[in-house]
Amino acid sequence: MAYSDKVVDHYSNPRNVGSLDKSDESVGTGLVGAPECGDVMKLQIRVDEASGMIEDAKFKTFGCGSAIASSSLATEWVKGKTLEEALAIRNTDIVKELSLPPVKIHCSVLAEDAIKAAISDWKKKHGTNGG
Amino acid sequence: MAVRNPIYMDNQATTPVDPRVLEAMLPYFKERFGNAASRNHEFGWKAEEAVERARKQVADLINASPREIVFTSGATESDNLALKGVAEMYQEKGNHVITCVTEHKAIIDSARHLEKQGVRVTFLPVGKNGMVDLGELEAAITDKTILISIMTVNNEVGVVQDIREIGRVARARGVLFHTDAVQAVGKIPFDVDAMNVDIASLSAHKMYGPKGVGAIYVRRRNPRVLLSPILDGGGHERGMRSGTLNVPGIVGFGEAARIAGEELPVESARLLALRERLRTKLEENLDEVFVNGDLERRVPGNLNMSFAYVEGESLLMGIDDIAVSSGSACTSASLEPSYVLKALGVGEDLAHTSIRFGLGRFNTEEEVDYVTDKVTATVRRLRELSPLYEMVREGIDLKTVKWAAE
Repeated sequence: MAYSDKVVDHYSNPRNVGSLDKSDESVGTGLVGAPECGDVMKLQIRVDEASGMIEDAKFKTFGCGSAIASSSLATEWVKGKTLEEALAIRNTDIVKELSLPPVKIHCSVLAEDAIKAAISDWKKKHGTNGG
Repeated sequence: MAVRNPIYMDNQATTPVDPRVLEAMLPYFKERFGNAASRNHEFGWKAEEAVERARKQVADLINASPREIVFTSGATESDNLALKGVAEMYQEKGNHVITCVTEHKAIIDSARHLEKQGVRVTFLPVGKNGMVDLGELEAAITDKTILISIMTVNNEVGVVQDIREIGRVARARGVLFHTDAVQAVGKIPFDVDAMNVDIASLSAHKMYGPKGVGAIYVRRRNPRVLLSPILDGGGHERGMRSGTLNVPGIVGFGEAARIAGEELPVESARLLALRERLRTKLEENLDEVFVNGDLERRVPGNLNMSFAYVEGESLLMGIDDIAVSSGSACTSASLEPSYVLKALGVGEDLAHTSIRFGLGRFNTEEEVDYVTDKVTATVRRLRELSPLYEMVREGIDLKTVKWAAE
């Protein structure tokens, strides 16, 4: 299986690897996937409540190169966006950007789920769980 | 330190053709291109002579008579012929076959094919070490059992079954015993008489011979085994396998067998030392790594290891100048994790983290050291990326986590 250059790039130079403080009020944490499936993504966002903008994002992923690339890209994309803009990110955008083959599309779906899960977690903390 | 780039360490998948084997084959592509079945001219006679010489070389490797060796297109065909050929020939005697869950797909799918035709098949489980339980085998035999098929060495984890004992049990109950010996022959001593084997599948490309040629050993005495052919045609190979013989391939197979037999004692000791060097260094460098399958009852060149919290395909990507394989779902065409590891009770999470290293004749100590360093560095890097490793280091028991799986 040949990887696209972008997948290789994200794998070799992943953006925003790391962790934010889960207990911090401004942080939302999404944890999706399962070890038995071979894919687990943790994606965290730090949101500025006043502006509703995502100031920072970090990720950690257990999964194949495409999964790592999808979640790395997701953190790049959500930074500087509002929550609504981040919620609008579709897995198909990720597929296109990374040229993911059909067999790897589910990696992009998981990344989209991770974004939504992180946002949902932040909203729960702030009593505004519109989902 | 000069290591080849890329390094090939996937010798269970296939092996490079030994230069000596290639040399032996070339004339049979060039001047000696005759059909071995052409009885009336020198082109045919020379080809036939070469085939018969190779037949003896293959037979000698497994302590059989040349008349008991039938050449095929490979072990998949031999496995098909063993199961289907016995089932059809002995259908009056019975319709029950016993095999094992960790067999190669060529056996499992042939067995499933037989099931569709009304044959009952028992798939014996294996223990955590990958071994078939002799008591369970014995208990499974009925008066309708016509064949037991258990592979000698498993291709994924390298575990060696107790073939001699299985054969003894089969003999005592009057049941034919077939073994897929593909990963065993040329790597460990294999003797069809000492091991009570009635039928065996062999493959050239797993022992530094060419692809596209293999053989099936079919016992002629005590008992005499008969097989219904699965290929009809000119009646070649005593009617058991029609089709013009792949003369150059067979010549290569013979030469590969000769070399394997001669070099086995020295080579297997060398490979064992290399394997242990790889294993112990990785275990020293990294925590939470696990060998899959029995370490003692194992073919020397195989090391199947799980690297917890790091997914297999991502590990392979990080060692992209090293050729190995993985039991991860992402690396399989079916997106299922390895069924062999599953049968050994390796949890799916660890199956996804498994790498199979297959050391062989052309691997060196320098290569092993390079691989050890590269794998160590990549695992460490990927563990920094791994949410699972992070959770474990925080003291979380992953088994208690409720995962929001897709």
